[in-house]
Amino acid sequence: MAHPRAVDSAAGKTILSGTELARVVDRIAHQILEKTEGARECALLGIPTRGVPLARRLAARIRAFEGIDVPAGALDITLYRDDLRLRGTRAVGPTNLPPDGIDGRQVILVDDVLFSGRTVRAALDALKDLGRPRLVQLAVLVDRGHRELPIRADYVGKNIPTALTESVRVLLTEVDGADEVRLEATS
Amino acid sequence: MITHLLSAADLDADTATLVLDTAAEMASLAGREVKKLPTLRGRTVVNLFYEDSTRTRISFEAAAKRLSADVITFSAKGSSVSKGESLKDTALTLQAMGADAVVIRHSASGAPHRLANWIDGIVVNAGDGTHEHPTQALLDAYTMRSRLGRLDGLSVAIVGDVLHSRVARSNVLLLHTLGARVTLVGPPTLLPVGVDSWPAKTSYDLDAVLPDADVVMMLRVQRERMDDAYFPSVREYSRRYGLDTVRVRKLPEHAIVMHPGPMIRGMEISPDVADSPRSTIVEQVANGVSVRMAVLYLLLGGAHK
Repeated sequence: MAHPRAVDSAAGKTILSGTELARVVDRIAHQILEKTEGARECALLGIPTRGVPLARRLAARIRAFEGIDVPAGALDITLYRDDLRLRGTRAVGPTNLPPDGIDGRQVILVDDVLFSGRTVRAALDALKDLGRPRLVQLAVLVDRGHRELPIRADYVGKNIPTALTESVRVLLTEVDGADEVRLEATS
Repeated sequence: MITHLLSAADLDADTATLVLDTAAEMASLAGREVKKLPTLRGRTVVNLFYEDSTRTRISFEAAAKRLSADVITFSAKGSSVSKGESLKDTALTLQAMGADAVVIRHSASGAPHRLANWIDGIVVNAGDGTHEHPTQALLDAYTMRSRLGRLDGLSVAIVGDVLHSRVARSNVLLLHTLGARVTLVGPPTLLPVGVDSWPAKTSYDLDAVLPDADVVMMLRVQRERMDDAYFPSVREYSRRYGLDTVRVRKLPEHAIVMHPGPMIRGMEISPDVADSPRSTIVEQVANGVSVRMAVLYLLLGGAHK
């Protein structure tokens, strides 16, 4: 029996290929170096799941460009979400901060997709409980619009205009086995 | 995820592991400047304690407070219970006051099960009679995993008054689910009838069990629940089933010594063993808060009718 191939046509289109994604990460790394005056006293905090490998990649690129070691950690925001009651509890991810904390540092939050802004709000709430950074900035791979809160990113890999019925899927080698950004229709 | 936590048997291996993993993240809170999370803001947790308790009550209270829940602690002494109010009426009163979760300790086995049918909120069993104490089993499993790195294949000896111990029962069920091998050790009079049907081995000889044990968990002899002479004398019990320095030498190098507390030094455990580096007794208390935070978060944090 032949399987219908309708599933594939609904699977959407590629927005960034693996090579393009690598270039975008390189560009953000350069922009961070420029805006933070050589990434002094910086810390990159990725928001799980895919923000964490992105933060590590940015740190690796910064090291390759300027030979500076910028700590890359993780900031889990599950316990700060405002939609737990609506969507149910989910597994709590790891939080790893630089050994000497985030007090007085320039903290750059890293996430894959910026959408409603609620994740970033939760991340700001979480940061407040962990210390007092001198400055907080936001780096995202994709900004897909539809903000529900007054939040904007300082570094954007790619702006993608989307409809609410679409979804942006970021695939990273560390998590998904390949690098790609896709725009898909949600049924 | 389950609706209530009444028995350690309610947890399958995946759910139990989720609780332990969540607890590990909760534990990192202890090293933070602000030891508080906003997760359960606006939720009310009632601690309903019909039996005396220090550790468990304070531990649940700290756990709920660290998650920003409002906590009402109710002890039967000094309440309408002493005027003769039934458990059901007390439960309905708490319900009317808007309790989202009730943590109950009761001297009657099965009281939490009854309570779960009467109220809408979630029920967490904090020890019922000689039946179960699931959060203790979870914190014990957490302690073993963090000290020894795994649970699967561990050999655990639970020693002493198994008959009256809800800790032992919950531990046997949970450890079996998580792949550990449990041996219950005690005098024949302190092993319950029907213990053969438990997923555990039994032994009357502590010295024979020790060389093979990764974990020795000592239980308190619960005199308050004893209506009969279960052993000739404290001294005799202590000589055969007490853990002292000489016996500890028979343990493998890596083995740990646990006790759910309260312990009677000199009876089931000697003071030098209780204070030795192998002993996890204080660690267990600290882990208790993290594990109970995980349980409250997973049961209460999400969608609720």
